[in-house]
Amino acid sequence: MTTIQSALEDELKRQSFFKTLSLFDWLWSLIIVLGTAYSYSQYSSLMDIYEKLILVSTAVSLIALGWHWKAIRQLSLAIIVLSLFGISRYVTGLADVETDFFLKFLVSSQSAIMWMSALYVMATVVYFAALFAQSDFTGKVASAMTWSATTMGFVGLMVRWRESYIVGADVGHIPVSNLYEVSILFSIITALLYLFYERRYETRALGGFVLLIISASVAFLLWYAFDRDAADIQPLVPALKSYWMKIHVPANFVGYGAFSLAAMVAVAFFIRARAEEKNSFGAVSGAIPPLDVLDDLMYKSIALGFAFFTVATILGALWAAEAWGGYWSWDPKETWALIVWLNYAAWLHMRLTKGWRGKPMAAWAIIGLFVTLFAFLGVNMFLSGLHSYGEL
Amino acid sequence: MKNSTSNQLASRRSLASVLLTFLGSMNLAITLLLAVSIAAVIGTVLQQNQPYADYIIKFGPFWFEVFNTLGLYDVYSTVWFLLILVFLVLSTTVCIYRNAPIMIREMTNYGENIQLETLKSSALSTQWTISSNADDLVHAATKLLKHNGFSARLSETKERSLVSGMKGAGSRLGYIFTHVAIVLICIGGLIDGNAALKFREMAGLLIPETQNIPANEIPEISRLGVATPAFRGNVSIPEGGQANVLFINYKDGYLVQNLPFSVELKDFRIEHYESGMPKSFESDLLIHDKRLAKPLEQTISVNHPLIYDGYSIYQASFNDGGSLIEFTSWPFSDVAADKGVINTAVGKNSAFTANDKNWILEVSDFRLFNINPSAIEGKKYENVGPSVQFKVRSNTGEAKEYLNYMLPMQREDAYFYLTGVRSSPAEEFHYFHIPVDDAGGIDRFMRFQKKLGEEAYLRDLAQNKLDPSLSLPSKESAQIVDAMVRLAMIFKSNGFEGVVSEVEANVPEDKREEVTAVYVRVLQQILGEVYVDLLVEEGVDISEGIDPLKTAFFDDATAAISAIGRYGSPLYFQLKDFEHRQASGLQITKSPGKNLVYPGCTLLILGVFLMFYAPQRRLWVFVQKAEKGAEIVLSGTAVRNNADFIKEYEIIRDQFNRVFKG
Repeated sequence: MTTIQSALEDELKRQSFFKTLSLFDWLWSLIIVLGTAYSYSQYSSLMDIYEKLILVSTAVSLIALGWHWKAIRQLSLAIIVLSLFGISRYVTGLADVETDFFLKFLVSSQSAIMWMSALYVMATVVYFAALFAQSDFTGKVASAMTWSATTMGFVGLMVRWRESYIVGADVGHIPVSNLYEVSILFSIITALLYLFYERRYETRALGGFVLLIISASVAFLLWYAFDRDAADIQPLVPALKSYWMKIHVPANFVGYGAFSLAAMVAVAFFIRARAEEKNSFGAVSGAIPPLDVLDDLMYKSIALGFAFFTVATILGALWAAEAWGGYWSWDPKETWALIVWLNYAAWLHMRLTKGWRGKPMAAWAIIGLFVTLFAFLGVNMFLSGLHSYGEL
Repeated sequence: MKNSTSNQLASRRSLASVLLTFLGSMNLAITLLLAVSIAAVIGTVLQQNQPYADYIIKFGPFWFEVFNTLGLYDVYSTVWFLLILVFLVLSTTVCIYRNAPIMIREMTNYGENIQLETLKSSALSTQWTISSNADDLVHAATKLLKHNGFSARLSETKERSLVSGMKGAGSRLGYIFTHVAIVLICIGGLIDGNAALKFREMAGLLIPETQNIPANEIPEISRLGVATPAFRGNVSIPEGGQANVLFINYKDGYLVQNLPFSVELKDFRIEHYESGMPKSFESDLLIHDKRLAKPLEQTISVNHPLIYDGYSIYQASFNDGGSLIEFTSWPFSDVAADKGVINTAVGKNSAFTANDKNWILEVSDFRLFNINPSAIEGKKYENVGPSVQFKVRSNTGEAKEYLNYMLPMQREDAYFYLTGVRSSPAEEFHYFHIPVDDAGGIDRFMRFQKKLGEEAYLRDLAQNKLDPSLSLPSKESAQIVDAMVRLAMIFKSNGFEGVVSEVEANVPEDKREEVTAVYVRVLQQILGEVYVDLLVEEGVDISEGIDPLKTAFFDDATAAISAIGRYGSPLYFQLKDFEHRQASGLQITKSPGKNLVYPGCTLLILGVFLMFYAPQRRLWVFVQKAEKGAEIVLSGTAVRNNADFIKEYEIIRDQFNRVFKG
């Protein structure tokens, strides 16, 4: 064999993706598979064929995600350990939250969500502090807070899932059914998207900006819980009792989260653009990545959001066809979902076909956030329709 | 002559191509998307398809007409909205027509004619000179490209070998998919929408029915035959009943849609949560169709419809299916009447006479249970029992609505029968509390208030029972007796307000307070005496006085009686007995357009992901024989995501480096 041929052989072997996986990768995947198998064996009698498919697909997607984004392995293990711990502390009933120390202060769903809320707000402050102090260490602390907050958010939802079953076997449901629960989902998905791009673009400068919208969401859910008792677990209306909820709602929130992230990056864009025009850079504007990087990030985020939002809207239409007798009823929520979709479709057309960049696109991304917010919250608050599952 | 003809041909051709360019232009597409968005928003802020009366009240006659002409009450079916959608379809189709050939060409073209100079001068370009067999190098290059996910094609001439690689042809396909999907979805949606109904209405072939009349009385012009291609409507079937029509909400009224089969409801079941909220409900249906050997049986529930013959039958809601109601009617203001029995049903109207006038009793709803938050410790909810809702309409057409509970409810330490009244659906119910007597019924109360309307009885009582001295005929005694009787009767018909009005009408202002006090005392005396007389009639021993329970009853009864003037209905309808019948609310749809929409949706999802995540990239490896081996040039371009491609190029270049350097 010639040198070229043997060198080629070596190279091909080297590049195999599976070769790059470590022992930890394989161990972690085994844990996920075992956990899924256990859940299947325990609960298969309660699941229909679609829910079983969703369970298996979630496991496969999680493993794929963890192999490509290594931090997910640690995140998922932390969530699993803490959630199982929290669930195990419920021995007699929901009243245990008053007497058990860990439930009361750490792992009951409401405690976990309070931790999530506090950590997100603190992370916002620390990210900005890192910019002003130009301190790498402070930035790392902020990232760590964001990871912790996201962990606690997921733990909160997982334990709440179990708590809903403790309320009653017929009351239990996945906690994405009302405005309170999805506000938590929005916070943690947006944070995850941010953390992904933080690693991808190797910058913490945008953390404060994105965490601002997450803090706003946290403020909302805290007000909603304390002022309107929204944290109470309510049973589902018959129309929501479907496997569709497990896929339509999370897909929607990947969309909303990505759109919100793009809008906050657009805010950073304007700050940097002004600094570049005046050629005077401060602590914040100096740390923000250059405009073309921000442009690219906005595009990637909106593209991701748009892809998932398309999926979510279609899933919503298919669900509506099964539950309400028609895939499209021009219901206010449906209509506003279409408007959000059209808005970002137009944005993407302008970028891809006409090559628009820069300030107009950044401004458009911010306007898009308002359209998205109206579709998410405004419709529930101001308009009525079949979709009012989360009224204020 | 020839010139003018060819000029004409030239201008005609350019008109077509101008039109095509306009229709396929991005600007038009974006404008149309914007127009759809704005029109769609209007439909969300202005509640659609409400009765026209509501709009007139809301906007006033002028703006009502303006909005009506613009079609804003049914925005998504207006001609102009449909036109925007049609233009969108045309624009997208032209886009596909013009760009698909280019896309397909891009997908299949590997750029095998590219020149060495172009590759060398490209932004991403690397060169090597290797003393190795050219064939080995070509083989290695092909394998490496493939390993990185590129598809590679080899083209060889005497002078050189060129490996052309391409990745992400999918994104071109994605473009075609997404745009075809939009066309499919829009066409499917238009088929399933009520555009067809709209055109028939515009042609004068269809008029919606606006009144609530039985299905078989609805005229032909509001009916649709079984050949209607697409519709969505509702029908409510009581248990044991059948229906072969459904009702389509259309504009400010509805249309009747005939079905080629009939749907029978064998059984309806509903389960509730502790809080009274519905948990799940389902219907056992039987489809009777001449074309079937035997009827089709299936149970449907929310999220689990029945699909038959292209029709989809959904469990949408439930309501009362005509429960049988037995009322005991107690006269309030008509003293001549006795208590009676009325047998009716939910949805039925019964006529009755009272006070020499004709009235109509319209029973609208019956609820088997009412769950309220419980005041009792430890219990979260309590069931206060059945209730019935009905309207009582006078011969002038005015009506008040009532909500009567079958069982008494506890308020503080006593029990009451609650009867709610309201004058319009927008109001809350105001409740009258009828106190319950020792026997657990309302006999005593009814006798009490009846007696207060009997003039002869009151006169007799006032004269004999109140003050022996009054039985002496004298002008003053007569006046006092008159006053007592009059006050009692005013109180019964108009309550304390009646007494106050009486004072204001007949007494000068400075004496009013004094006289009112006197009147109230007198009234209390006569009321008390009537009550005592009542108790004696019952057989109660009052020699030791009246116990607190009966005193409390007196207070509650007078409070209730003082309000009877505002009750409205001449009779109190006590819910005595019932037979509960349920009806299942079904939604039936026919949507052939979904055969276009669903594939369109699949294409859309595939296309979107392909376009974003499979962007097209090209790599070339140019191998040319040199003196001591071969000269190799590696070069690449990407249409989009250039920053990402640069990183990818560098990785591949490093791979080539390692292989070539050995």
